[in-house]
Amino acid sequence: MKATRVAYGETLASLAASDLDIVVLDADLSQSTMTAMFKKTCASRFVNTGIAEQNMMAVAGGLAASGLTVFASTFAVFATGRAYDQIRQNIAHNRANVKIVASHSGLTVGEDGASHQALEDIALMRALPNMSVICPADAVETASVIEAIARDDKPYYVRLGRPPVPIIFGDDYVYTPGKSNVLREGTDVAVFATGHMVFRALRAHEMLKQEGISSEIVNVHTIKPLDEEAVVASARKCGAVVTVEEHSIIGGLGSAICETLCEKQPTRVVRLGVRDVFGESGTPDGLLEAHGLSAAHIAAQCKKVVSEKRQ
Amino acid sequence: MTTEAKSGHPGGSLSAVEILVCLYFDLMQVRPDNPRWPARSRFVLSKGHAAPVLYAALHEKGFFGEDVLMSLRKKGSVLQGHPDMTRTPGVDASTGSLGQGLSFACGLALGARLAPEAYRVWALVGDGESQEGQIWEAAMFASHYRLHNLTVFHDMNGLQIDGACEEVMNPYPLEDKWRAFGWNVLCIDGHDFEQIFEAADIAMAHDKAPSVIVARTVKGKGVSFMENQAGWHGKAATPAQLEEALAELDRGGDRA
Repeated sequence: MKATRVAYGETLASLAASDLDIVVLDADLSQSTMTAMFKKTCASRFVNTGIAEQNMMAVAGGLAASGLTVFASTFAVFATGRAYDQIRQNIAHNRANVKIVASHSGLTVGEDGASHQALEDIALMRALPNMSVICPADAVETASVIEAIARDDKPYYVRLGRPPVPIIFGDDYVYTPGKSNVLREGTDVAVFATGHMVFRALRAHEMLKQEGISSEIVNVHTIKPLDEEAVVASARKCGAVVTVEEHSIIGGLGSAICETLCEKQPTRVVRLGVRDVFGESGTPDGLLEAHGLSAAHIAAQCKKVVSEKRQ
Repeated sequence: MTTEAKSGHPGGSLSAVEILVCLYFDLMQVRPDNPRWPARSRFVLSKGHAAPVLYAALHEKGFFGEDVLMSLRKKGSVLQGHPDMTRTPGVDASTGSLGQGLSFACGLALGARLAPEAYRVWALVGDGESQEGQIWEAAMFASHYRLHNLTVFHDMNGLQIDGACEEVMNPYPLEDKWRAFGWNVLCIDGHDFEQIFEAADIAMAHDKAPSVIVARTVKGKGVSFMENQAGWHGKAATPAQLEEALAELDRGGDRA
């Protein structure tokens, strides 16, 4: 078990010694986003902007225009909603070399409640031209993603979480831009999951197997640009789709999959996510349970959509 | 060019003419034949709606010809309604959404410390624009990181779209605010070349804090029917009005 944000901090710290001209910005949350690990190894390249996210994103744009590779971090809710126009004007529009890496996304923020739970951030970032959106499934994938995007000069939004999550990938795993991973092959239902929901989807796969249902589990680490080929292939093969995300069902992974499928491979889709409500306080697992996002919920929805398909 | 475009912002452009002339024809190091020269001085027009004055300065400096100038705001033009660093030679920042350019300038100024080439950064901020809270986030940032390679002209023309700044939402006194944020503050008549140069020299010599030059200006300066009229914020002159305005400006030029 390891939090994706911890892998981010470790990877940033290791990049400090690389040939890359990296600057890291944070808005007074470096102990939580883990950018403090970079500060420890390279204090001269760490800039705390204080509690001023709007300024941070525009400063990031200016630093990138000076030829630097910029990482800017805070909680997802402040990184996106609070500074949306600043990201739009200074980063996305200019196709700036800025990586917005946000921690504490989704319901699994837990006890802090609605004000701190970003459930719309994927939708916001996905709508911006030039912006890529990545949501890694575990710590190993996070490290590989950070190393890859540090060497690409385009803007990225990377969505990370607070609690530790199981390690899915082996140490030799390498993130391949543009290519989703089919983690389990199946024929009855295709499950597209992202971030913290991927290991839960893998558990659902085992539950479904007990009941004789064959589910294909796809890790959609990159929500934009979406690996449309993989989405269409799995949907065509299975004939039924379930999407799973710790995000609103409006504008996130489920929407992205539906947009692709309705144009290229019309398929029955069930979107699992937060159903157009704000978050609330609770334990991470308790909240996922309450919002229908546990492994058992995923399995039950898959079973339902498969039985509907067979009727 | 705004008349040709039939839209644009002449008032706030005219208040900053002398400042832009001093910047582009003396204070800044730029190379029209190499707009992305790494060691160039940077200019951020935070009040992006004054794009026409920036485009006029870049044209006069030789970044592009008159045909380009007359394509302002037209489909396919490199001269967008608001400054666009991805399209226009010589433009260092994309602005237009008010309150953000100063933060971008802070990023450039901090970048100058970390980049191989050191350079100076200039920014022009409007007084109405400083109603945006982000201006003061940036003011705090620049002071905290002692960005003395950054100098801001605060164009105090007193007017915004809905009327006088002090009636819409009083941003004054500006000088005291900058001082409280730890800046080196200078106050001048923004239409007086000597005062602009004198203040800029003091700002460039100051190595402990960023400097701000609060410039008292007249919106629509030099055109009698535009001067101090909020209505000329975002409206282009008709061809007849343009002729009258240019004639007046020519006479003003003779007097000077």
